[in-house]
Parts: sequence; C-alpha cells; structure tokens
Amino acid sequence: MSISADNFIALLKDHSFFNVAGVPDSTFGGLFNKVDSDTEINYFRANREDTALGIASGISISNKNCCVLMQNSGIGNIINPLTSFNLLYNIPVLLIIGWRGYGGKPNDAPEHWIMGEKTEEYFKMLDIPICTFENSEEADEEINKKLNSELNSYDKSPNTKALIFKSGVIV
Amino acid sequence: MITRNKVIKLIMSKLKDEDLVISTTGMISREIFSCKDKNSNFYMIGSMGLAGSFATGIAISNPKKNVVIFDGDGSLLMNLGSVACTGYYAPKNLTHIILDNYSYQSTGDQPSISKSIDICGIATASGYQMVKDFPQFKEEDLDGINISTNSLSMYRIHVSTEDTHNIPRVSHLPHEITKNFKSKIL
Repeated sequence: MSISADNFIALLKDHSFFNVAGVPDSTFGGLFNKVDSDTEINYFRANREDTALGIASGISISNKNCCVLMQNSGIGNIINPLTSFNLLYNIPVLLIIGWRGYGGKPNDAPEHWIMGEKTEEYFKMLDIPICTFENSEEADEEINKKLNSELNSYDKSPNTKALIFKSGVIV
Repeated sequence: MITRNKVIKLIMSKLKDEDLVISTTGMISREIFSCKDKNSNFYMIGSMGLAGSFATGIAISNPKKNVVIFDGDGSLLMNLGSVACTGYYAPKNLTHIILDNYSYQSTGDQPSISKSIDICGIATASGYQMVKDFPQFKEEDLDGINISTNSLSMYRIHVSTEDTHNIPRVSHLPHEITKNFKSKIL
C-alpha cells in the first residue's frame, strides 16, 4: 500500500543519489526531515524550486546523481529552467514531485485544484517522461519494484524525468 | 566609468585555464566568449537568474576548483532569493562577480532597479564572506579581486557599456557547451 520514508531513502542511496535539493511538501510525510538529517545524504534546503533545480544541475554536470524533491505547486517555477536550460543543454535531473490536489476540485485545498488537475499535462507538453505513483491499492512490493526500476534506469542512463507521488504512497 | 568589456578582459586575464567560469544570459556571455573561449567556460544563453544556483552546485561538487560567476544586475535581481541559498551553503571556492550597468542591455538598454539596491549588503547578510563594492573600478583594483578557494566572495563592479553590435554570439551549441565543460570537471 505504501513505501516508508526509510525504504525510499535506502533506494535513493542504492542508486547513488547522495545529493538531494528540495522545497518541502507534506505529501511526502516525514521524508524531508529524514533526508535532511541523513548523514550520508547532502540535502540542500532550497528556498524556491528553480534554485533547487539550479543546484541539482550543478551537481549533475559534475557527474553525480541529484534529485529535486518538491511539490507540484512549484512546477511553475521550474518551467523556464527546464526549457531554456536542462532540456536545451542536456543536463539531466530527476524530479520527485508530490501531487497535491490529485484529481482536481474538490480534492485537497483550493490552491491545489488547478495544478492538481494539470500536473501531468505540463510534463507531457514538454516531452518530459513521467511515472506516476497514484495507486495506493498497489502492493508494497510493487511500489518498491517500480521505484527501484525508475531509479535504476536513471542511474544507468540519466535523463530528466518526473516521478509524481500521490499523497499516502510514501509514509 | 570603466567599460564592462574592459573589466571582463582584466578578470579573465587573471584566471587560470582550469578555473570554471559560469557566465549569465545576454551580452556578458558574448563578451566572455569573445575575450577568451575555453572549455572551462559555461555560457548560459537562457535561464536568466539561474547562474548563481547552478554555480553553487558546481562549486560544492568541485571543492578544489575555483568557480567564478560573471553575473549581471538584471539576472541577479531576477532570482535574488538564490543569493540567500548560496550564502547559506557558502562554498568557499565560489567567486560571484556582478557587472552592474543598471540596465538590461541585451533587450535595448531598459533601466533596471539595481542603482538603488544595496547588493553587497544583501550578500553580506546572506552569508557571503568577502564582499566588495567598486563604484569606480580601475585597473589597479584588479589586485583587490581575490579568486581563491578561501571564501565565498562577491565583487560588485559598476560598469558602463559600449556599443556591442559587433560582438558575436556564442557559436557553440548548448549541448556542446555542456560536453566541453564536463571535460574540464572530470
């Protein structure tokens, strides 16, 4: 039904993600605090999603895996860097995004309704591949397997991609 | 007031080949490209405002290398919030040079708001360790610019700009810039 923050972090480390930049999101539960306090992971507390993406890009061009942890309300802040920087210059970053407002109105708080509905469309528009984790009915091992496979494919052949998580999948 | 092109030439002459240079969008990248094109230069042709955070990630990942940003007033102000993050993580091998001409030259010299902003004060308050303002930069002031791995630095240099119609655009394609730059990091 879910993956624990500890397992999530273990998978990140298994695939050499020792650098994470992010702006917090409640979708991920206790994950942010655990990543921030993990002694093996360098977590960068960015004050905006584009700053997180900038830092992650500097790490990525230095041949190290880096992911950005953020919520979908910050997608607007990364459109410009994605289009005129990451995609253009071929500097990959793995985006791990919390899906507030899943399903649109009336789910979640009003400020998430529009982006909740449009989240996937943004990435489709930019031809950025996505992988969604929205089925909380899925067995724990299935979620684990799917995430493992996504991280593995990034580690082997890095390409900008968004993994999008509905609330409750990571606990 | 000294011209931006002159300041770029002076500072570039001080840098070693292996020093990593990140230049911001617009005329600054073009002037650096014309002054001294090298694989360790990263010209950002888009993404205005991202040079600071990108260079911060590079500096943190390459602590033994000098990383130098050539930023403009417009691009700095576009994402001023990233100064707070750079100051917080304070990579000691990062030198942030602001070439301040109080305007957006590439788009037709529209005035920016930098003249009344205490950029150095913001940098100091954010955690930059060495901060200097040069309202009247002269050639001999070059000694006061310390490119090193000892402290996160910001130098704001007030510049005038000359007609830049003849300055060519960066001729490398973006993915080539990435490839060239990576060859200097490995």
